[in-house]
Amino acid sequence: VTVAPPATRDAPARRPPVRRSPARRARSRAGWAYAAPTAAFVLVFFVLPILLVGRMSVSDWSLFAGNRGWNAPANFTAAVDDRLFWPAVWFTVKYTVVTTVILLCLALGLALLVQESTRWTGVLRTSFLVPSALGLASASLLFYALYSPQSSPLDAPLRALGIADGPVSFLGTPGSALWSTVALIVWRFAGFYMLLLLVGLQNIPAEVYEAARLDGAGPVQTFRHVTLPLLKSSLALCTILCVTGSLLAFDQFYILTKGGPDNSTVTIVQLVYNMAFQGQNDLGRAAALSLIVLAALLVINAVQFRGLRGKED
Amino acid sequence: VRTSISRGVRSVVAAAAGMTLLAALAACGSDDDGPTSSAGSVTAEGVDDGAELTLWTRAPLELQAKALVDAYNAGHRNQVKLTIVPNDDYVSKVGAAAGSGDLPDLFAADIVYVPNWTKAGLFADITEHIGTLPYADKINQGHLAAGTYQDHRYVLPFVLDLSVVFYNKALYREAGLDPEKGPATLDEFKQHALAVQKLGRPGTYGTYFGGNCGGCNVFTWFPMIWASGEEVLDAAGTRSLLDGAAAQQVYATWRELQNAGAIAPGARDETGATWVAAFQEGKVGVMPYPATLLPTAAKTVDVGVSPIPGVTGGTSTFIGGDGVGISKDSRKNAQAWNFLSWLTSEDAQVGVLAANDSTVARTDLVDNRYAAQDPRVATVNKVAASPQSRTPVAVNFQQAFNAPGSPWVTLLRNQVFGDPASLAKDNAAVTDVLGQ
Repeated sequence: VTVAPPATRDAPARRPPVRRSPARRARSRAGWAYAAPTAAFVLVFFVLPILLVGRMSVSDWSLFAGNRGWNAPANFTAAVDDRLFWPAVWFTVKYTVVTTVILLCLALGLALLVQESTRWTGVLRTSFLVPSALGLASASLLFYALYSPQSSPLDAPLRALGIADGPVSFLGTPGSALWSTVALIVWRFAGFYMLLLLVGLQNIPAEVYEAARLDGAGPVQTFRHVTLPLLKSSLALCTILCVTGSLLAFDQFYILTKGGPDNSTVTIVQLVYNMAFQGQNDLGRAAALSLIVLAALLVINAVQFRGLRGKED
Repeated sequence: VRTSISRGVRSVVAAAAGMTLLAALAACGSDDDGPTSSAGSVTAEGVDDGAELTLWTRAPLELQAKALVDAYNAGHRNQVKLTIVPNDDYVSKVGAAAGSGDLPDLFAADIVYVPNWTKAGLFADITEHIGTLPYADKINQGHLAAGTYQDHRYVLPFVLDLSVVFYNKALYREAGLDPEKGPATLDEFKQHALAVQKLGRPGTYGTYFGGNCGGCNVFTWFPMIWASGEEVLDAAGTRSLLDGAAAQQVYATWRELQNAGAIAPGARDETGATWVAAFQEGKVGVMPYPATLLPTAAKTVDVGVSPIPGVTGGTSTFIGGDGVGISKDSRKNAQAWNFLSWLTSEDAQVGVLAANDSTVARTDLVDNRYAAQDPRVATVNKVAASPQSRTPVAVNFQQAFNAPGSPWVTLLRNQVFGDPASLAKDNAAVTDVLGQ
């Protein structure tokens, strides 16, 4: 089945030693032209801001007073010394692990559920996917109302079922605030990851399943030894997306908890925001923390890629 | 091989070009120095020559800001263009504009942030302008003091927002309380809340507060301390005095109400977003409340208004709301002053603000025709002039009190929900931030 891509075949020895032909040069110029808009976009909205953040991170740069000169590496030490730095790191990691495990397990379950085409799959697939059409901020506001002790429609049913005997404080304790937010994120993203995994599932050829069945494999064995291994690349993609997204969590906590109660749900990005706009008003320190987060993300993603690729071979 | 080298060189050159461009950009951002001085002599009226002025304010003051701007535009050749910014985005928006030199001609600021913003040089100096006003000494002193930095004045009151006690007269009647008399002491406040709670009506509670909201309780609890004769900050605004006897009495009162189940559920997670909602729905008996919301609350509830009391009496209020000034970036200082000058005039104060049930910012206009019509408005106006009313001034106010997860939020949560023994430590944490 392995077909090497053509590009690697003729690459090494056959490159012409002379200059490129005019036709080829024209084609390369056209290529540059096609890429230019994207390149310009990336330059203006990604490269320049990152360089600016780099500049800020080594400067005494206040929100209101602007740049007041170099101060490296004071911003980096101050960012790490912040009383909320380690709690925020710990909380972000905890949140990421919880979210990723729950989301991927649920998404895989849903994908398996709607994999076969039956009368109801259309309805089910759509209803699982609908929350993904909602912006995260809108979804958060929706859940804010759902969790508000003053207007929550969940109160009456929970009481009727005997689960609660009074108004439920969904966001009032560190534990409940975390799980309430996880519930929102699972509701919002499970359908999206289900879709990604569904595509992976449908790429597994039916013959493989048939062969497994002929060999006498039961449903559990088929799932463990056929579905999971062949789904590995889809699962890898989902894991990387989910881990990166969760490490950068901001909107949902900003809207639901503002980092409370007692700073128990301050994520690392929220700490960046707080440093820049909530009292400290210190863009330099916030930029330094952003760069630390960026570096951590690069390392984490490199490790993930290596780990997942290693397993595939 | 040659092409790949030249490509490498090219990308290095490109990167260097990017850096240069960036450095140039950065230089652009930091070259603004100080306010533009207005040319010519300063007059009380300023200039009304048909200029277009921009004005920013935050959403909670939308009602008053719109009324003021409409009235000004109707009677002047200058035209003010109003931009309303969501409350939570206001600081970052102003900060970004200040950095790039794009502040509007006029902008309002939460009065507790004003000391920080004047120190950062966001406002133009209007000491001389204010001096030309014949009623300068009648303008609300709390706001003027907050807008004074190194003996120069930068800010005038835009809209005053005072904290007063609101109570639900219907619930008071039902609970056997006098509907014409709000609580006169801290203990009466507690008794009234407990009495309403004792009605046992499902969904109705004695009182409410923002248990995860620093700003809400600065606004409503500080006056209880001031009315008792204590201070919350030292004169320099760098030391917290929130561990005094009266302060402890205030915390104990709320703790008792919490333990008695007399505080509406959700107080523990209330970040301030729905802090005022329950009272407007008629579900709360008595609570300290923003006076600017009287017209709104009176639509759904028969509201009684009384001043915030201290431990054994006294009255006080937090003179909050927004101050307004001319920005450092404005090139139309004389025209912008025309708006500010009009803003403090009787036309604006009585004709617009008082007519909309808002508090006037001049002591000589407290007894006006609108206050005479509604004793509740008169109560609010009167407490603004109480000697125990304050606008606290501290450069790091936002970080110490209003920011989510501030040391003040930690302090008050421990006092009401947690371990009250941590007061000394929590108070020291507030002082730490104030002194930074």
